[in-house]
Amino acid sequence: MSEKKLALIATKGTLDWAYPPFILASTAAAIGYEVQIFFTFYGLQLLKKDMNLKVSPLGNPGMPMPMGMDKWFPTIGTAIPGMEAMMSSMMKSKMKSKGVASVAELRELCQEADVKLIACQMTVDLFDMQPSEFIDGIDYAGAATFFEFAGESDVNLFI
Amino acid sequence: MSEFTEKFDATGLNCPLPILRSKKVLSSMNSGDVLYVIATDSGSVKDFDAFCKQTGNELLDSSEADGKYHYYIKKA
Repeated sequence: MSEKKLALIATKGTLDWAYPPFILASTAAAIGYEVQIFFTFYGLQLLKKDMNLKVSPLGNPGMPMPMGMDKWFPTIGTAIPGMEAMMSSMMKSKMKSKGVASVAELRELCQEADVKLIACQMTVDLFDMQPSEFIDGIDYAGAATFFEFAGESDVNLFI
Repeated sequence: MSEFTEKFDATGLNCPLPILRSKKVLSSMNSGDVLYVIATDSGSVKDFDAFCKQTGNELLDSSEADGKYHYYIKKA
């Protein structure tokens, strides 16, 4: 079986959006794909040593809320202080109780499976981020580097 | 089915962990060995089938009993 290739672009830095790239990458690697993920803009949060990811009900009408709050709770209420932290911690504990892996665990599985993680150098500079904030074993590169791999990939996804 | 080389209990784990952890165990096994996996994730039925088809490992048996799913995978 010849090795297939998967190229992902991860652009989001919230708890919910951290899952798709790491789930797809780790699973593809387990099936035998060679995988690269290019992290740009808010996606860079997924490469931080201390991720502390959050999920927000604000501006997210599709997010199920506890006690049917999404049915009767006013939209403006999702903006009250503490709401984001509360929802994030509730989401994390729900995930744990359902046997869903943590983002950190999936990221480790990706690294163990030799998934190549690439931080967009331009956005790192733009946000004045330091390499010391990021986990070890990642590359720093630009769009041309992404295409070197993406151009010969079987699957390309922008997340 | 009853003969297996190694057993992996994926009870309580959700997608994609049953596949990822099983793959890890398979990596440490020899060609022809059989891995027996127990899972509770209902999505794993189709996933183990797809995993085996794509990796060349053989799914010898896949069954369900009392809310648990049982898989026997022969390593390619």
